[in-house]
Amino acid sequence: MQINVLEYLEETILRVPEKIAYANETESLTFQQVFDNSRAIGTFLKKSGYTKEPVVVFMKKHPNVIAAFFGTVYAGNFYVPIDEEMPFYRIELIFQNLHPQVLICDKETQKQVKEFSYQGKVYLYDEIVQTIVEEERLSEVRKEAIDTDPIYIVFTSGSTGVPKGVVACHRSVIDYIEHLSEVLGLNEETIFGNQAPLYFDACLKELYPTIKFGATTYLIPKSFFMFPVKLVEFLNRYQINTICWVVSALTMISSLGVLNKVKPEYLKTIAFGSEVFPIKQFQIWRKVLPETTFINLYGPTEATGMSCYYKVEREFLEGEIIPIGQPFANTRVYLFNQKNCLVQQGEVGEICIAGTALTLGYYNDPERTEQVFVQNPLNISYPERIYRTGDLGRYNEKGELLFISRKDDQIKHMGHRIELGEIEANVNLLEGIFASCCIYSAKKDKIILYYVGEIEKAEMAAVLKARLPRYMVPNYIEQIEEMPLTPNGKQNRVALKQRYENRN
Amino acid sequence: MEELLAILEELHPEVDFRTCCTLVEDKIIDSFDIVSLISEIHSEFDVAIPAEEIIPENFNSAAALYRLIQRLEEED
Repeated sequence: MQINVLEYLEETILRVPEKIAYANETESLTFQQVFDNSRAIGTFLKKSGYTKEPVVVFMKKHPNVIAAFFGTVYAGNFYVPIDEEMPFYRIELIFQNLHPQVLICDKETQKQVKEFSYQGKVYLYDEIVQTIVEEERLSEVRKEAIDTDPIYIVFTSGSTGVPKGVVACHRSVIDYIEHLSEVLGLNEETIFGNQAPLYFDACLKELYPTIKFGATTYLIPKSFFMFPVKLVEFLNRYQINTICWVVSALTMISSLGVLNKVKPEYLKTIAFGSEVFPIKQFQIWRKVLPETTFINLYGPTEATGMSCYYKVEREFLEGEIIPIGQPFANTRVYLFNQKNCLVQQGEVGEICIAGTALTLGYYNDPERTEQVFVQNPLNISYPERIYRTGDLGRYNEKGELLFISRKDDQIKHMGHRIELGEIEANVNLLEGIFASCCIYSAKKDKIILYYVGEIEKAEMAAVLKARLPRYMVPNYIEQIEEMPLTPNGKQNRVALKQRYENRN
Repeated sequence: MEELLAILEELHPEVDFRTCCTLVEDKIIDSFDIVSLISEIHSEFDVAIPAEEIIPENFNSAAALYRLIQRLEEED
């Protein structure tokens, strides 16, 4: 039985060593190079005494990042990808949670690292990749390894203002990749066009099936997602046949009329998720690519990646919702009502997930882990962990699961999961702020901030840009005289929403 | 031009759009902004920006974007 994700790579290397594994527009790594480079890095880390530790990977999006990830795992550590565009303030918060001792950077990010308060070791990828591989050290690591050892930590938005580090292990990733591959029909011929940043779990969909099958992944530069004609041309140039993108990346192409001008010629499978696909936009895609398989994916970072899928095989009318369908094999979904009982057919309940695809929890954060990774309320006889997603769902008359809404103030914007509370927490930290309230307009897909205080709007925008990741910075900011309150004295979100909708 | 500046300033109040001419290179605007801009230009100027005009050169400054709008208005 497979117990380590690296076994994927080690088997593939025997079949297709010279094939391209990961590439961008100008550079690529073959499987042999991925194998050699990651083992060199693994040897270096182990030799330097790092094992079972978080290794921060702070590099520009590039095939080498993936070799750094696997190198970290070769030494028995877990990688923590940090984005070069992340604001310092957020990186500091992450480091306070992580207490990292070792960081891998590239020539471009090296300068940025000097500005961190981080005191641990900093290694340059280009240097440590020159290490001569020592088989003995690597097998020593492997002999001790078990499949519940962590592989990575990715950070997700936290409503208190402090991000949460989700820890995934070999077992959860293998389980996820096996079932995802089956659902998407992946194989050696698969050519992925990766959209997701490498610092989110979303990129697992490409990174791991690539080494499992000997497939190929092209990393598409972020800037291409601003200029959709170039993006489609990129897909055609590299004959990309499989994409797993956030809905907003797909709707950008269809809503701007790009598909009338240039058509993706090779796409066989389009998996989408993280947001609801507006039917009007979906139909444009379907019409242009009638032979393509469209699959809706749903799942939280806490369950490693995706937990449910739905292959779109029937017609959908405007106003209908594409279901999230059914759980992957070896994953179970429960819908619990507020009394922690299973809902009746057609009733709305909280989506809760069970299975080995669950991650280990939040790093250095037992309190927040215990709030959502809980004992299955149906079982009082032995420990059985489930994850409470906070998403509300129900089954339709066909028995397909539908996502309805959130239980709390978490939103999805441009495919990112965002706690509105985290934005507010950052605003409230500023001097001279009396009150703040963030709302989300689904119609406009905009995050809207209202605040009462002495700071000018432009300064507020600048400060938030320096503290929050780009996708969390409000798209509309307004300073107001007084915060509207409900009769109970709470901030009146409904009134603010009306104010936003009614403005000129 | 003033209407366009108002749209841009609402998206990014911290940016001086009168002088900045590296909106794309310096990553001041992102894909979300492009989609918002195109939709707001459509409702404000009644100009639909065709897909082939969505290129970095047309979005790098407020002036370039305004020239594009004027050109499209004339062609109309």
